[in-house]
Amino acid sequence: MTLPAHTRAPATDTASGGARRRRPATPPWARSLSYWLYQYKRTWRGSITTSFLYPVLYLSAIGVGLGSLVNHHAHTVGGVKYIDFLAPGLMAATAMQIGGNEAMYPVMGAIKWMRTYFAMLATPLGVVDVLIGHLAWIALRLTLVSTIYLGIMALFGTVHSPFALLAIPAGVLTGTAFAAPIAAFSATQVNDAGFSALYRFGLIPLFLFSGTFFPITQLPGWLQIAAEATPLYHGVALCRALTLGHLDAGPDMAHVAYLVALTVLGFALARHSFRRRLVT
Amino acid sequence: MPGSDPRPPAGSTLRAGEPMVTARGLVKRFEDFVAVDGIDFEIAQGESYGLLGPNGAGKTSTMRMIACMSPVSEGELRVLGMDPATDGARIRSRIGLVPQEDTLDLELTVLDNLMIYGRYFDLPKKVIRQRAEALLEFSQLSDRAHDKVEPLSGGMKRRLTIARALVSEPELLILDEPTTGLDPQARHLLWDRLYRLKLQGVTLVITTHYMDEAEQLCDRLAVMDRGRVAAEDTPPALIARYSTREVVELRFSPGENEQNADKLNGLVERLEVLPDRLLLYTDDGDGTLAAVHRTGCHPESSLVRRSTLEDVFLHLTGRSLVE
Repeated sequence: MTLPAHTRAPATDTASGGARRRRPATPPWARSLSYWLYQYKRTWRGSITTSFLYPVLYLSAIGVGLGSLVNHHAHTVGGVKYIDFLAPGLMAATAMQIGGNEAMYPVMGAIKWMRTYFAMLATPLGVVDVLIGHLAWIALRLTLVSTIYLGIMALFGTVHSPFALLAIPAGVLTGTAFAAPIAAFSATQVNDAGFSALYRFGLIPLFLFSGTFFPITQLPGWLQIAAEATPLYHGVALCRALTLGHLDAGPDMAHVAYLVALTVLGFALARHSFRRRLVT
Repeated sequence: MPGSDPRPPAGSTLRAGEPMVTARGLVKRFEDFVAVDGIDFEIAQGESYGLLGPNGAGKTSTMRMIACMSPVSEGELRVLGMDPATDGARIRSRIGLVPQEDTLDLELTVLDNLMIYGRYFDLPKKVIRQRAEALLEFSQLSDRAHDKVEPLSGGMKRRLTIARALVSEPELLILDEPTTGLDPQARHLLWDRLYRLKLQGVTLVITTHYMDEAEQLCDRLAVMDRGRVAAEDTPPALIARYSTREVVELRFSPGENEQNADKLNGLVERLEVLPDRLLLYTDDGDGTLAAVHRTGCHPESSLVRRSTLEDVFLHLTGRSLVE
């Protein structure tokens, strides 16, 4: 029987002495991020496959299939071919969906089911480390998904400007603008009933009416104003401007500012609701 | 403290003889509800200290404050010579927590659970792997290292939770109801592992509502009830002070407890009527039992036994530990 005591003396030496001098301390939030990386080791195959499959399916069916009809009747949508119009919109909408999803069930699970946050909080990690670690993980996921999306868009010939590379951070920002406030919401929920409501009355209407599939100028006047107030509209418009190369500093900066502001506000709210829920 | 080593472990910020944990007038309030109502205690280095009490006595709230996971509402608390309010992260880096509800990741493997936990303490992977190997052996989980946690038995999950709390080589190990819900065999194995840790000089704080667990593992105990400490001492001293040497247990037909209690009242100093039996507190069990028979009472069964912490608790609070 080997007791931990046998490892005690030498192991402590490496941990608190030599190793710590050689190696700078990992910031606490990055240690909490490493949990989500471990988790992903288990699911990455399915997740990556989906990230490739969805854009291919959507761009083929709606971009190419439906797009040929649209182009036949309307010639151009927003001044470009339908698939060129649609693809960046779908990219932003996908970022919204990933950002939202990752901030719903995984947050609730880490509080209620697996209680992962509580495991972290028994260690040197604090509530803000736990929150930043999770959001950083979501941002990493978004980077991966947006990069794959842009790659597929290129294969479909829908990338028309070198600025398109910036659509990756734009996608990430679109996703975090949803993830941060939704994480704040999830931490206040006692069960998952709120999530289906959030989908039905939030994410799905946004997906359909934020200028992803058609320009919002097609909407009645009052709905146009409503659409322009939503975060997905700004994400879609920003990604579209970047992949088409139709840049216009004023509106584009406004899109970025809107998404940054929502991410920051969401983070502040999440910090509050995480503290309320996790530190009692 | 008897049997404890007053020397702090190397690298500790504690001075020799300084208590591991000190609480003075400690209070925990949740809105209107007072969970911990002004308690005082000191836990020495190397000591194994127990909080014994029924559910709702305030044990878990006390533990969560010591573990720096729950802010102190009032009073003073020092852990490893530091203040949890300002040095929470530093304290947590040197203590291990075994919470009442497991927080293991069920979908990951046994080894990955240890690896991740070690990462939270910023230990190098190589060090974690070395320690994990020894800890899995210690917890008798070596052959399950690469299995998922989900299908493990309750006892195995508890042992893994303890192994995980030991990855950081804590000076203080906090165990909240470590064996609740386990079968007797699993409990005895766990007690053995905890006893070994104690021998290595790890300070243990244990909450339990099992008196046998408290007697087995704890050098000293605080008997808690309704947020307060009703008594504190070593298990034998508590028994000597709050109970008699022996107890006679008598079982009568249902509904006959009260009338028999009246008959036997003068026989002993103290008599307790429980729903299913009578307890007669005496220093001479056999003598008392003989006297019971002389009064003409005919219990369906009788038992003479030594006093336990259960009796102490009953005396102090008028209630049973496990309700």
